Amino acid sequence: MLGGYWESVAIFVGINVLMGMSLYVPMAAGLISLGQGGFMAIGAYTSAVLTKQGWSFGIALPAGAALAAVAGLIVGAPALRIRGIYLMILTLGFGEIVRVFFLNFEPTGGATGLGGIAPLTQLPWVVIACALAVFVAWRLRASRLGRAMIAIHEDDVAAEAMGISLVTVKLFAFALGAGLAGIAGAFYAHQALYIDANQFDFSRSALTFLYVVLGGPANPFGPMVGAVVVTLLPEFLRVVADWRMTFFGALLVIAAIWRPDGLLRAPTFK
Amino acid sequence: MLLQQLTNGLMLGSTYALVAIGYSLIFGVLRLLHLAHGEVFMVGAFAGLVVALWVSLGPFVAVFGGLVGAGVLGVVLELVAFRPIRRRGGNYLAPIVSSVGAGLVLQEVMTKLFGAEQVGFPRQFASTVYDLGPISVSSSQIFIMAIAFASMFALHLFVARTRLGVAIRATSENLEIASSLGINVDAIIMLTFAIASALGGIAGVLVGLNFNAVSPFMGIDMATKGMAIMLIGGLGSIYGAMAGGLLLGVGEVLSVAYLASSYRDAFAFGLMIIVLLARPRGLFSTGIDGAR
Amino acid sequence: MTALLQAEGVTKTFGGYTALSDVSCEVEPGSVHAFIGPNGAGKTTLFNIVSGVLRPTTGRLFYQGQDYTGSRADQVLAMGVARNFQQVRLFHGLSVVENVMVGCHARMGGLLRDALNLVSPKPATELAARERALEMLALVGMSDRVRGAPAALTLVDQRRLEIARALASAPRVLLLDEPAAGMNPSDVNELVALVRSIKTLGITILLVEHHMRFVMTIADTITVLSAGRVIARGPPAAIQRDENVIAAYLGVA
Repeated sequence: MLGGYWESVAIFVGINVLMGMSLYVPMAAGLISLGQGGFMAIGAYTSAVLTKQGWSFGIALPAGAALAAVAGLIVGAPALRIRGIYLMILTLGFGEIVRVFFLNFEPTGGATGLGGIAPLTQLPWVVIACALAVFVAWRLRASRLGRAMIAIHEDDVAAEAMGISLVTVKLFAFALGAGLAGIAGAFYAHQALYIDANQFDFSRSALTFLYVVLGGPANPFGPMVGAVVVTLLPEFLRVVADWRMTFFGALLVIAAIWRPDGLLRAPTFK
Repeated sequence: MLLQQLTNGLMLGSTYALVAIGYSLIFGVLRLLHLAHGEVFMVGAFAGLVVALWVSLGPFVAVFGGLVGAGVLGVVLELVAFRPIRRRGGNYLAPIVSSVGAGLVLQEVMTKLFGAEQVGFPRQFASTVYDLGPISVSSSQIFIMAIAFASMFALHLFVARTRLGVAIRATSENLEIASSLGINVDAIIMLTFAIASALGGIAGVLVGLNFNAVSPFMGIDMATKGMAIMLIGGLGSIYGAMAGGLLLGVGEVLSVAYLASSYRDAFAFGLMIIVLLARPRGLFSTGIDGAR
Repeated sequence: MTALLQAEGVTKTFGGYTALSDVSCEVEPGSVHAFIGPNGAGKTTLFNIVSGVLRPTTGRLFYQGQDYTGSRADQVLAMGVARNFQQVRLFHGLSVVENVMVGCHARMGGLLRDALNLVSPKPATELAARERALEMLALVGMSDRVRGAPAALTLVDQRRLEIARALASAPRVLLLDEPAAGMNPSDVNELVALVRSIKTLGITILLVEHHMRFVMTIADTITVLSAGRVIARGPPAAIQRDENVIAAYLGVA
């Protein structure tokens, strides 16, 4: 199939697409998280520990996702009363706490990290997971749950007055997003084969945020486009060799000015 | 012993406070989470370093160099990365993306110019240590605290007593109304960036003096902690940022002294979560709602 | 006849400001009960409390004899009390039809169970909701304007859309907060007809309005509020002659 290097690139792109979708879901309900890296870490460490104990990937990955989703419920609970920038900083704090925790938690390696993870990630599965995530996001728009999320995003007072339970929808959006990040984390751990706390730091969460906002947070295909562009662009900037990040940063500024609502706009009404 | 820890904590906290004030100022007028502010702090530190290396005129000049370097950078960032978005009617997420981009640029440029390793900051003080009863402080620590608190006091005077300061407060409260009252909002925003960045630059030089080293990555930790402090003190509240910064500095030092030192970096966020759950508006909130 | 909806001794303070002071009233089923009063009388605050958007500082609320004080807005909607908003609050991220479909949500069963419907192309509940939404839009006279963005509608149509959305939840009680605001006389006549047709569906209507001709034409009972207190209650004819009411509106000479 694809050459080894490009297969690896494709897998990492896929993992980033999953991260993008993990933020897309809560953002659709108006909940912005700068802490998706924390959920990714939970999925990564949990699944790695399980496979090292002899469990199959088919068990370890869902377990990592489930634990991440539970964390999403816990973090999401205060999110019910907190919004906007407050929520962004709260989730940022969560991500940092997870990072510092794993940095110090000796059973999973502490600062030295966790190595010797089995290479169980395969491209077809990553692609399937991405396709499912994007498909679900696309179908969400035409569903009752999706409409409820959009309503809450725009005007949660009116949404509640129309009978929508804010608690149910917000917690669900947060938990689902966290679970997706957990799946991404599990794939990541079994592709990178070595993980440590600093791989899931704030820049991971910030990049995830970029995928969505740059790609278009109101479009189900937006985060995918954003993840692909942000992940692959530095590859194509090899021409400018050592100044890749400078160019990349400059391009981000330009993109924010030129397309503040993202590369993909919200889909128009039928 | 405790008094010594408190003193150390206040010194650390005063530098945190200067950075956090910057976040609060910018959030106040623009409702923007300035994710490149940590890099501005870092550039300020390097600016001070360059001045100290070139002219060797003592610590005050170095601090001034950091102040000016960072302040100018802040104005440039506003003109290049944020104002164009406002001109085109942008939303509140796009400027955050722009700030991430700007931060990346700054970090790589500084790494290219100075290398990725720590760079030594030339000693500005004799290693005199003063024993004041139960506590002992070095001359550099005295200098750091003096400059930091003087800066905060100067800011307080500016914001509370001058017309420009009032204009900044008015713009923070309500940009549209301030504009309709004849305030040149664009100029005020630029001034706010200048002040916020200048304070960050001062903090950068002070931190560099404290550790006798600066690095292109020194802004990263400061960035996330600064945001946590802003939340603890209350979004958009300058005095909250001051108090929150001092509180965090003392808390970190005490937690290292009396608890497990490796969790020090999480102290900020643990405290932040407690504050968020108990009093979401922050400890010293001005009542500005951060919701959008 | 026991009252369908009842407020008892409702007081609401915001910090030092008292918006409502010991307000009690009863709404008879099948009636149109209007609330009028000068600006700042507390009418919208009362609506916000009845609909669960705000909690009363003191006092109780009853629906069909059951105490529902402190219930959230979505719980109140599930009970059968729907509302519109004084400043129109539509969802601009949704189309006209989809806005009304949001109103149907409450009658569609478990929300999370629906999550499983995401992979099924056109589940029956979706189609049923869309049909009902179209019915409601027909009821308010907007059958020809069901497509497109709510922002493209005129203000009058936006108000109609909000009413359709509220009706979609099959309420027993409908709260209308200044539905006639910004309408010209012919629109008001249409609104009168609409409110009458809603009444014939058996829905009890609570109305806050400033438009006097509209109120006097349509209301069965009027409660008059001034500075947070009830100063009069009765049929339109009596209210028009009430000295306290006249004094409240015109100021005591």
